[in-house]
Amino acid sequence: MATLNAFFSHISEYLLMAWQALVSHKLRSFLTTLGILIGVTTIITIWTTIEGLNKYVFGQLSNIGASTVYVQKYPWVIKGDFWKYRNRKPVTYKEYQALAQYCNSAEHISPEVFSVKTIRYKNKKFENIFIIGSNQEYAYTANVAPEIGRFITELDVHYNRYVCVLGREVADQLFEKANPLGKKIFIGDRKYLVIGILERKGNFFGQSMDNFIIVPFGTFRRVYGGHREMRVALSTSPEKLEEMKDQIRSILRRVRKVPPTKEDDFAINQQDMLTDLYKSLTTTLFAIVFVIGGISLVVGGIGIMNIMLVSVAERTREIGIRKAIGATRKNILSQFLFEAIVISSIGGFIGIVFGFFAGNVVLSQMSLSGTVSLTSILIGFGFSGFVGVLAGFYPAYKAASLNPIDSLRYE
Amino acid sequence: MLIHVENLIKIYQLGKVQVKALDNINLTIDRNEYVAVMGPSGSGKSTLMNIIGCLDVPTSGRYILNDQDVHNLTDDELAHIRNKEIGFVFQTFNLLPRATALHNVELPLIYNGTPRSKRREIAMNMLERVGLADRANHRPNELSGGQRQRVAIARALVNNPSLILADEPTGNLDSKTGEEIMQIFNELNEAGNTILLVTHEEDIARQTKRIIRLLDGQVIKDEMNQ
Repeated sequence: MATLNAFFSHISEYLLMAWQALVSHKLRSFLTTLGILIGVTTIITIWTTIEGLNKYVFGQLSNIGASTVYVQKYPWVIKGDFWKYRNRKPVTYKEYQALAQYCNSAEHISPEVFSVKTIRYKNKKFENIFIIGSNQEYAYTANVAPEIGRFITELDVHYNRYVCVLGREVADQLFEKANPLGKKIFIGDRKYLVIGILERKGNFFGQSMDNFIIVPFGTFRRVYGGHREMRVALSTSPEKLEEMKDQIRSILRRVRKVPPTKEDDFAINQQDMLTDLYKSLTTTLFAIVFVIGGISLVVGGIGIMNIMLVSVAERTREIGIRKAIGATRKNILSQFLFEAIVISSIGGFIGIVFGFFAGNVVLSQMSLSGTVSLTSILIGFGFSGFVGVLAGFYPAYKAASLNPIDSLRYE
Repeated sequence: MLIHVENLIKIYQLGKVQVKALDNINLTIDRNEYVAVMGPSGSGKSTLMNIIGCLDVPTSGRYILNDQDVHNLTDDELAHIRNKEIGFVFQTFNLLPRATALHNVELPLIYNGTPRSKRREIAMNMLERVGLADRANHRPNELSGGQRQRVAIARALVNNPSLILADEPTGNLDSKTGEEIMQIFNELNEAGNTILLVTHEEDIARQTKRIIRLLDGQVIKDEMNQ
């Protein structure tokens, strides 16, 4: 207990000694800290980026709506044999009708067909614009709302009217500052009346989410053909989600005549599939971060150990003097151990500061929101201190074991 | 009786050859003595000094310092004795080059846990005693040889040790400075300190009160100085 107390009362002495030793070799100390510094910077930067990314991706995925499912030929996340899925029958209008008729646990059902067309207004022309054919329910299943004008109505769909709702970006490109409502634009070689503009959704990984046009489902089928592959979106309240999925399965298996022994030949896609996929990706990424950070910390630790061994050899005489005037093994051990810990922690501290800035720069470059988390900072500090102890112990032990007479004679 | 050495033998193993550095030494030194240990190089005086200074342990024999049997003590116990009982003064000064004079003098106090403010005060007093109060914040390389040795003496005195062990303290100094250092030792002895001084200079030895002559690890002469 007494020795423990003495040890603690000496801590400030050791810190001071360590600081003086490091200051007397500024460049060397700085170079020694680099390994730790880079390791900690890497960990914090990547950690911060991943957390920012997480926040962003989960935010965006929640746009899909947790209780909306999409009936499609292909699942969003394909596991195993692609050909198994390729040979499936497409999801058709017939299935949509069956779902619309029998799936009473769904609150909203929208058929969705897609095409890519060239659009035109006066002398402006844009190629490869995404055209969606759907119904009035699309506003609920896709969670979109008109900013100005109105969305497609049941009557538009029923009468196969040539009307369209523009994504914000399409509207801006075609009309710039003019009011698009009531104007007629060409989609392919057909003229459509603009009835509404959707609210801006922003970007997802640099991909604009406002660069599409919605037209009534029937109009789409009449113009572009009725036997296209489609998907059906169904949404309901969260508590009825499972019931709805069961209903969809039984309806579709009947309509598609799937024998009871066979598995489903269609996919019911849902947001959490993407969430799960993303999670598994980031788990891997986290592992990589730890490996990279771990390697640089190990390398940094080796650097510290190396310099500490040099330092012990250089200061053999100092150790001899200290021992001659009464330093115990523990005193010498602590002195050099503290030196290693201090050098490592300084590297860790600068690494945290750099990581903090680098993390924030990356976040702002990727237009992500988020902050450097306390966890990553603690991990950075913990790691660097730990490396300091590990790397410093052997050199410190060597110093403590030196014989005072030989050390005093050392030139 | 401050130092009592009985049948002291120290054997070094140099490769396959055994070297008997100390061959059955018997010595008694009382408090307030002023002793010079003399002998040519290889006579064993440094070895004797290291053992008396608790930097080394004998191969066999007894050594009692201040009523304490130094035999069989651990490294840390020896360090404790060095800190408390012995003040070293070396030929090459052995100051910490990066530390100020004051810090060098403080060093032994750090290792016995004296609080910082008290440490400063004691060390400052010691520097004053050797006439270097105005050099307290100078580093060794900013001091002359004589000044460095005076810092070393202040460091040796700072824990008020039972014994001051000086190993060729004037060996690296010119004769005038050496004389000044000897003057300090003489004063210290007069003030009651026990001093054991290793030297090979007759001039220096003559200033002490007792001369012990070693040859081939044995005491060949032990006489009081006139």
